Amino acid sequence: MTQSWFKETLGGRVLDALVLIVLAALIWQGLYEYAGDSAITSPLMTLDYAASLIRSSNFWGHAQATLVAFAYSLAISIALGITLGLLLGFQRFAGDVAEPIFVALYTIPKVTLYPLILLIFGLGLSAKVAFGVIHGVIPIILFTLNAVKNLNPVLLRTSRVLRLTTFQTVTTVLAPAVMPELITGVRVGFSLTMLGVLIGEMFASQRGLGFLIINGISLHNVRMTTAVILIVVAFAIAANSALLALDKRVHRG
Amino acid sequence: MSRKAAIVATRIAVIVAAILALELLCRAKIISPLTLIPPSEMASALWELITSGKIRDDIVQTFTTVALAFVLSVAAGFTLGVVIHALPRVRRALDPLLASYYSIPFFVFYPLLIALFGLNTVPLIVIGLVFATAAMVIATLNGLDRVPRVMTKTARILRLSPARAVLTVTLPAAAPYLFTGLKLALAYSFIGVIAGEFILSGGGLGFSIAYAYNNFDSETMYALMMFVLVIVTIVNGVLHVLEQRMLARRAGR
Repeated sequence: MTQSWFKETLGGRVLDALVLIVLAALIWQGLYEYAGDSAITSPLMTLDYAASLIRSSNFWGHAQATLVAFAYSLAISIALGITLGLLLGFQRFAGDVAEPIFVALYTIPKVTLYPLILLIFGLGLSAKVAFGVIHGVIPIILFTLNAVKNLNPVLLRTSRVLRLTTFQTVTTVLAPAVMPELITGVRVGFSLTMLGVLIGEMFASQRGLGFLIINGISLHNVRMTTAVILIVVAFAIAANSALLALDKRVHRG
Repeated sequence: MSRKAAIVATRIAVIVAAILALELLCRAKIISPLTLIPPSEMASALWELITSGKIRDDIVQTFTTVALAFVLSVAAGFTLGVVIHALPRVRRALDPLLASYYSIPFFVFYPLLIALFGLNTVPLIVIGLVFATAAMVIATLNGLDRVPRVMTKTARILRLSPARAVLTVTLPAAAPYLFTGLKLALAYSFIGVIAGEFILSGGGLGFSIAYAYNNFDSETMYALMMFVLVIVTIVNGVLHVLEQRMLARRAGR
């Protein structure tokens, strides 16, 4: 194997991604050959159906329901997560008390709490949003908290020596210092919020992409289920890749 | 009182106060009994469920499924991690996949798994496995990356056989990272299996919670929710204590 293979080049990365996609498609085709039409549609058939779905207004109605719920939950998760993270990060004692509680909350199967959320908020948009928030807010709190906790004390002392106003300290010192970890937190929160919203739609909902997936299975509309899954996964990977690129850039710079 | 003891005491006080507040709010009917029942009633309902043996089958089913998913994901994740670590070219290609793995909302695949494997515990094991394996792969790679060069060199100087080198040097050196992988794999197996049961299944604790919700049987529902959350918290807590002990022993050496 020549050395040039190991070089990190854009062409090499694109090639790697293509190989991965082809491999995934082959495994998928294999599953299709094994299980047949009644369980899963082939990659080509799915692409074809997904393309026609994207042109239908019915699909966009459901996609819109999911995106609206997702946008609300993400906005609340980010606002709440950063606020709590900053508060707990600066109050060292409170942060040390709270952090393991949040870590424990992160690892429990929060899906068991869904009935409670439904009883509080009723069926519909607000329950989905709340469920997305309880998934997404915790990583954002934890990443923000740690960013503040690991902040170099010299930075804040310097800004005091330079007699910066609070506003100046926040905008020129604090924000740039915690930004990389914040972006990582938002990236993880983004994925988990989406997971929460979709699970919510799969369990009790009449609208949204999660509903389309589960409804396809109940109605033996495998074509629908497979195509919607493909669209959701493609969206998730695309969004995460963009956030990951941003993440890498702020961590380097 | 040392700072550490004060933190732990405050943490316990916060949790106890939260439970007491919940109890009082429920008893005072400020929170409607239709929404939430007092924690004490959950506990007594749970005690009844356990002693009557009504939920024994569900408990057995859920824990067997989680155990299978956990063991398989650890075995698969560790093996894959070792193989990928040995092949840098493959690793570089897989890197973006591992980085965005948890951005994929895997539960959307669950209905498809049911179509493929039928409505039994196989799709549950597979979804737990798919969810947990990557965490173990990532932890194994991390652990192997951080085995100090000095140690592997010393092993070579002492002419240890490859098997002995792995058993006495590599594995102990990578242990903390592997342990993190175990912890995550267990948490993810629980989340995967219980969420799957919850969305669509024929048995298990997640199913029973969803069933109780659909039948407005809030006593059973809250008792089971409490059971799941308490058990998972205890299991995670035990693992956390074991980990701390291991780390303390290593630091003391």
